Amino acid sequence: MSKPKVATCSLAGCFGCHMSLLDIDERILELVDLIEFHKTPLTDIKRFTARCAVGLVEGGCANEENVEVLRTFRRHCDVLISLGDCATMGGIPALRNFVPLEDCLREAYLAGPSVYNPGGDVPNDIELPLLLDKVRPCHEVVKIDYFLPGCPPSADTIWAALKALLSGEPVELPYQLIKYD
Amino acid sequence: MCEALGRAVREVCGALDNDPTRMVDIVRGVQQKMGCVNEEAIDAIAHWTGAQRVEVASVVDFYSFFSREKQGKVVIRLCDDIIDRFSGFAAVREAFESELGITLGQTTPDGLITLDRTPCIGMCDQAPAALINDVPVTHLSTDKARRIVRELRTHGDPKKLVKRVGDGNNAHPLIHSMVENNVRLEGPVIFTPERRGEAITKALAMTPAEVIRAIKTSRLRGRGGAGFPVGMKWEFARAARGERKLIFCNADEGEPGTFKDRVILTERADRVFAGMTIAAYAVGAREGIMYLRGEYAYLLAFLEAVLERRRKDGLLGHNIMGRHGFDFDVRIQLGAGSYVCGEETSLLSSCEGRPGEPKTRPPFPVQKGYLGCPSVVNNVETLACVTKILEEGAASFAAYGTQASSGTKLLSISGDCMRPGIYEVPMGIALREVLDLCGADEPSAVQIGGPSGRMVVAPDDFDRTICFDDLATGGAVMVFGPERDLLDVVAAFMDFFVEESCGYCTPCRVGNVLLRERLEVIRQGRGEPSDLKYLEELGAMIKATSRCGLGQMSPNPITTTLKSFRSIYEARVSPGAHGFRRSFDLEEAVAQAERIAGHESVHRQEVTHE
Amino acid sequence: MSEVILPTSEVIFTLDGVTVTAQSGQTVMEAAEAVGIYIPRLCHKEGLEPYGSCRVCTVTVNGRPASACTTPVADGIAVESESDQIRAWRRTVIEMLFVEGNHFCMFCEKSGNCELQALGYRMGIVAPRLPYLWPKRPVDASHPDVLIDHNRCILCARCVRTSRDVDGKQAFAFVGRGSRRHLAVNPGSRLCDTKLDVTDAAVDACPVGAILRKRRGFETPIGRRLYDHVPIGTGVEQPVELTIREGSPS
Repeated sequence: MSKPKVATCSLAGCFGCHMSLLDIDERILELVDLIEFHKTPLTDIKRFTARCAVGLVEGGCANEENVEVLRTFRRHCDVLISLGDCATMGGIPALRNFVPLEDCLREAYLAGPSVYNPGGDVPNDIELPLLLDKVRPCHEVVKIDYFLPGCPPSADTIWAALKALLSGEPVELPYQLIKYD
Repeated sequence: MCEALGRAVREVCGALDNDPTRMVDIVRGVQQKMGCVNEEAIDAIAHWTGAQRVEVASVVDFYSFFSREKQGKVVIRLCDDIIDRFSGFAAVREAFESELGITLGQTTPDGLITLDRTPCIGMCDQAPAALINDVPVTHLSTDKARRIVRELRTHGDPKKLVKRVGDGNNAHPLIHSMVENNVRLEGPVIFTPERRGEAITKALAMTPAEVIRAIKTSRLRGRGGAGFPVGMKWEFARAARGERKLIFCNADEGEPGTFKDRVILTERADRVFAGMTIAAYAVGAREGIMYLRGEYAYLLAFLEAVLERRRKDGLLGHNIMGRHGFDFDVRIQLGAGSYVCGEETSLLSSCEGRPGEPKTRPPFPVQKGYLGCPSVVNNVETLACVTKILEEGAASFAAYGTQASSGTKLLSISGDCMRPGIYEVPMGIALREVLDLCGADEPSAVQIGGPSGRMVVAPDDFDRTICFDDLATGGAVMVFGPERDLLDVVAAFMDFFVEESCGYCTPCRVGNVLLRERLEVIRQGRGEPSDLKYLEELGAMIKATSRCGLGQMSPNPITTTLKSFRSIYEARVSPGAHGFRRSFDLEEAVAQAERIAGHESVHRQEVTHE
Repeated sequence: MSEVILPTSEVIFTLDGVTVTAQSGQTVMEAAEAVGIYIPRLCHKEGLEPYGSCRVCTVTVNGRPASACTTPVADGIAVESESDQIRAWRRTVIEMLFVEGNHFCMFCEKSGNCELQALGYRMGIVAPRLPYLWPKRPVDASHPDVLIDHNRCILCARCVRTSRDVDGKQAFAFVGRGSRRHLAVNPGSRLCDTKLDVTDAAVDACPVGAILRKRRGFETPIGRRLYDHVPIGTGVEQPVELTIREGSPS
């Protein structure tokens, strides 16, 4: 029997959660015995070609591309996990949720104190994915099965959750592994 | 500081002895004189009353009739409840807006007129209605709205808008209002003709304990909705420790769809004040306060005159009816646009000159209420019943109604029926009979007890009865015909609770916002079946954990319709395909970005691919 | 008028089926705590007048919900505190407070010592099931030594009561109604206009990161903070083993 496939992605995140995943150190050997990485930046596989048992989603949804990727993950993964605070509650990118989009762009590209933009252009290529009005946690866009909070969730947290999941046990994090920071 | 402002504040505060417990009146006075209560006014009020600045600010910001921004000399408040909405609110609003050239919430550039909205003003039987300053205007139409604006532009005096006065005391010079009583059915208790002094005379012939026993024998229960036994309440207050005790009349009739107290106060105010006096004798109180909702300020001068006449007649004041040492007098406290003040402990907070926040219970008001003194709070109708009980005896009162619900009940009926208005019916009457009386030919749903009550189904529930054991109600009966979308009704009620929550406790402050949010998702057709369970659980949690009656009732519009009208919800929800959340609308989420970018998304089509 | 002081008498009631002996005049929360049983709370703090606003301490008394911090004990009452139903209510209250404000634990100076966060941990909350409301709220950094970040304020009134009853200053109060209710300062409109001093007890009263001393953030390393290893309330449940008590920030 083939090993269960795991996919990962980073939406509006910083890849810190992926770093934390790699932080499981030598347990990664145990992990690759258990699973096979499918579509993930770790393998550079770009498209889903098979159904995955688990999808790990880092980051929330800040633009339409994030939504597309998240929905694609939902369709191809049996179990979808929000990995980290950005996926769980929007995280740092969600700090813009109190600022109108226009003001946000002005600050980022025109008026911000460290901006050097003599042309005064705000990126507006037709190919650029459009920003959402607000950054959404993943579970407000698709159904999410499990949440691993933390910025990032510790390697132990990710390991504990994956191991439980792959061995068919309930994902119940002990007190020390639930952290919002 | 502006001199006029300084003088106005000094005068207002001085007239009320610079008493911080009269803060609601003080702020009201300044608002009336200056058109706002701004930072400077707040400082000045704090100075004269010795109150903390923030204590003044908290009163200004709590009551919706007060404003920090300058309002027009004339403030038009359109009554925005569901009955008015179904009677043409939107068209009337548009007529006002276009004639004034402003939108809701704005003031005309000349500073003359402010247009605003307000929850139910107690005129559902003559909707659409509005308050123009203190003057109620009823049966509004688009034509009438335009005429009103033109007239106000010429004379600026809302009182002159009253061309034809209503029936009964609405024609009294001190009321002089176009409001109609619409009393459709007079029963044997409330509308008994005046028998001046008789009830008090009979009370004084008994000991206070005997008066309480008579009320207990009558089995009178509170008419505001909660139904607490009145005799027991009085007994607790009589037994409570304290030199100073007070009787409160709750005339803060704010439950949307309820307007019976307005009619009692217009036609039978003496019977209410007599009831307060009897309560004072029974409990051992010397002071009484009638808390009159700000929306009924047009009755104030008239009620003051009734009080004054009673003082002259020896029915109030010192040595009432010649009884040495029986002193009792009543003052009227005006509210200022806050529903929660109808909750008895909030009412007391408001009378103390503070925001209308409920107090922690226990201690209960009968132990420690107004300024820590034992306080009895009774509804207008309850007190009118008391007078009747003393006049004719407990047994004759208890002969009406049922064993557990004695007497009669005043119903305020509005909505889709031929004869909206006031009905005095025996307790225990079947709903079907009530609907026949008011000419509700084709009701599909009836809301009993206003937003905090419950929605009942046609015709399954029509054999249920109006009484404390079945359909307990403060008296509001709103009839909805088959053409009405009941989710519009539910949404309007939830808007109301969000607006009127005091914000003190978490479940009511946050929970109602969340209920309304999810209801809106469902109304827009983006709900999922799991949302119904979400609403049920959240509603149950808010009911269980909220601190006062408002929060404990606030989910009722949703929870009662989820039980009795589940299909209207089910028809609008469907499961999200592929595990996508239906509540997330990508098109809406990128609309702003599309506008800024000046082009449509080229990706949106792809997003749903595969 | 002087109240007669009655001698305290013993009151016996049950808490989750366990018989508890208490003193009349105690609240349910105090009586529970006296026998080593913790009832979760946010707005209540020892020494302050009970306020009953957060509703985290909801219990049932003879089947009726009530806040343990304001309900006096009475002979024979049956109090339930740890049923699945009550836990679910409490959890929802905590979630409501998280979505009502803007709580970014990942950069909050209070993280690890925050009572709201600690209750989330204690209850095993990994993500709120409620939608985030993302309100726009200001930060008041006008005071030289203390700041208010309204994004994190949970309206518990601990600062209000502490400033009024302990510091004698009335530097804080609430204004506004319903969801517009917010913390205001007194007198004036900015924190620097108040008499608040950096040493005031009101500054320590805040259970979350809404009122903070400036230049003191992140002093305790991760792993040594109040709730890093031990759930909030543990000191009450196991009075012998632990010395960490809430409300005594390092």
